[in-house]
Amino acid sequence: MTDQLPPVLEVRDLRKTYRSGDATLEILRGVDFHLERGGFVSIVGQSGSGNLMGLLDAPDAGAVLLDGARIDGLPAGRRDRLRNTAIGMVFQAYHLLPELDALENVMAPLLVRHGALEWLRVRRAARDRARDLLDRFGLGGRLRHKPRQLSGGEMQRVAIARALVAGPRVLLADEPTGNLDQATGAGILDALCELNRAAGLSIVLVTHDTAIAGRADRIVRLAAGRVEASPASACRLAG
Amino acid sequence: MKTRGFGLSGGRAGCYPPRPLGAPRMYKLLLCWRYLRTRWIALASVVSVTLGVATMIVVNAVMSGFSHEMQTRIHGILSDLVFESHSLSGFQDPQWHMEEIRRAGGDAIAGMTPTVAVPAMLNFQVRGQWITRQIMFIGIDEATHASVSDFGRYLQHPANRAQLSFDLRDGGYDTVDSQAEAATEPTRPALEGAGWPHRRMRVERERLYRERTRGEASPVRPVDQQVDAVLAATDESAAAAPAAEAGADRPANPFQAARPQAGTAMDPAQEQFTGIVPGIGLASFRDATGVDRFLVLPGDDVKVTFPTAGTPPKAATDTFTIVDFYESKMSEYDSNFVFVPIAALQRMRGMVDPQSGLTSVNSIQIKLAPGADLDAVRNTLRKAFPADLYAVSTWRDKQGPLLAAVDMEMSVLNILLFLIIAVAGFGILAIFFMIVVEKTRDIGILKSLGAGSSGIAGIFLGYGLALGLVGAGAGLALGLAIVTNLNRIRAGVEWLSGARVFDPSIYYFHRIPTIVDVGTIAWIIAGAVAIAVASSVLPALRAARLHPVEALRHD
Repeated sequence: MTDQLPPVLEVRDLRKTYRSGDATLEILRGVDFHLERGGFVSIVGQSGSGNLMGLLDAPDAGAVLLDGARIDGLPAGRRDRLRNTAIGMVFQAYHLLPELDALENVMAPLLVRHGALEWLRVRRAARDRARDLLDRFGLGGRLRHKPRQLSGGEMQRVAIARALVAGPRVLLADEPTGNLDQATGAGILDALCELNRAAGLSIVLVTHDTAIAGRADRIVRLAAGRVEASPASACRLAG
Repeated sequence: MKTRGFGLSGGRAGCYPPRPLGAPRMYKLLLCWRYLRTRWIALASVVSVTLGVATMIVVNAVMSGFSHEMQTRIHGILSDLVFESHSLSGFQDPQWHMEEIRRAGGDAIAGMTPTVAVPAMLNFQVRGQWITRQIMFIGIDEATHASVSDFGRYLQHPANRAQLSFDLRDGGYDTVDSQAEAATEPTRPALEGAGWPHRRMRVERERLYRERTRGEASPVRPVDQQVDAVLAATDESAAAAPAAEAGADRPANPFQAARPQAGTAMDPAQEQFTGIVPGIGLASFRDATGVDRFLVLPGDDVKVTFPTAGTPPKAATDTFTIVDFYESKMSEYDSNFVFVPIAALQRMRGMVDPQSGLTSVNSIQIKLAPGADLDAVRNTLRKAFPADLYAVSTWRDKQGPLLAAVDMEMSVLNILLFLIIAVAGFGILAIFFMIVVEKTRDIGILKSLGAGSSGIAGIFLGYGLALGLVGAGAGLALGLAIVTNLNRIRAGVEWLSGARVFDPSIYYFHRIPTIVDVGTIAWIIAGAVAIAVASSVLPALRAARLHPVEALRHD
């Protein structure tokens, strides 16, 4: 879309090796890629890169930049704050908190952010915003349902609403359709595309499915821990 | 900017809103609350905290109730301070000593009374059989004794409780234990006719018996003859006294004064001997149904054999008429103490100087003004009087080993019971570890949402605190409920089992005494909560150290 703007997320020469017992698994061997502001990039191949960009894991080497500023290697407190405010994450297994209902799950990042006394002040606004998001995803009638009472698609939509509630600068979706049937998965992808197009949300979609990856503006293929190619395509709505 | 659209302009990195120090993040409170409400197994783990706290509250209440009751009773008969002579013959001129004590003690001295206490033997006849008991024979000043101790409270006649008199009362003794808190069934029916009616009836019965057996073989059994012979031998000195009195203005022989009625026939139906108040345990026993059975009653005569004040002491015996019973509910005292008027005892023991008319006493009981420092006054008096002649001790000193034993027992019990709560702590530890494993994925989720490691640890510490509070709170409620209804529970258990759980014939209390001390309870609760929090520290640290990626991969 806008190539001249600085990338919202950039990864330079990222390396990561996982060890399990004696075996070492080198999954990233110097990966470079960037996500433009308002862009939609699919990463196909090795998983684990999403976690690195989401600051859940630390790379062995290389740099992760958010809006041009390095965010890897930050102190734990600042990393936690970035995760809470700047990065929204959606997972394959939804990862909702079973003790909280849909509305509370969406508000969870705000619950994490605010102290108990402060919460009394911001509660109304947070609830309105969470309800607003759930309404947009067609879950207005299920605010008080616990995750176990929701279907997979509904849970994933709750998870997306949760990722958006704090107003992140980038959304990382790690196999968001992996646990869903074709039709439901397509619905989730539609929602992501809609977010990217209508609201200008920058999205990184990690998947192994080329068909799903094809919904993004750009595909970054990883093979043997390196970027293979990045053929451009256009985000298009299904159907 | 956040209202419409999907509000993508999030806050800058590091611009968390400042939050008031001390207020925990909202998610910790919410999750603690949810875990508390949904994890029943964790609640089960605090049942032992609850039981431990309840047990500690009950045990402490009962122990301090017993301890307090015991101290009250000990203190009731012992005055604050006892000033006594090492010698059985005592010291002369109690009046001078009391003035010296007042000079030394100053305003701290509220009241004093002289007493004479000697070991003695109490003899009385039950169905023709002589019973002898070893006693502590105490002469008290009936006018001032009540001012230093609660002695009067423990008597059986209401008028004697108001003002002690050593004259036999004309009936009206309590048939119900006056110290029992709730009005109970009369447990002392025998006291109904005690006093002059009993005495007149007994005299009449003896007269009829003598008339019937007149001319027949002597009803006196050999054992009675032996006792009479012993009594007669010790009476010889007194019998010799009237002869010596022929001398013109010689001072009255104290031994003659000891036998005011000597030589004159006495009508026992109209007159009494010197009044005596034995401890109730000497004259009665409690049967299995809780009714007191009396061997002798007020109105009966008893003989007391006691040492005279000479050197070496000789045994003297005199006859007394029981006028009341003393019941402090401390069996040690109730089966040991016998009280008589001090003047009569001084006369009988020869403690009145025939030359000067000065009396001697064994000890002076001292009551201190409220708020006076017991030990300080004792130390002052110890300095003021030579220690080789006088001993000064507080009532606590007198019962030191007993009180120390009770304190010791209480501390040991508290330590043991606290170990129960500590065991509960390990239960919490184990269950928390399981919960952390179960919640591994949730911990990863929270970390991905920006919760810090300390926040994750905080959830589990807060959960431990909440469980501790719930457990200790339930224990507090349970403990207080048990303490409040302890006697009803005891009655229920006795009714169910048919056995006596709390036998009043052993403890001499009709109810289990309890004292609830707020400070003790606060310590118990604080300790229990601290243990619950301490046991959640390790699981909380484990949760905090979980790697988010590993945690999220967990199924």
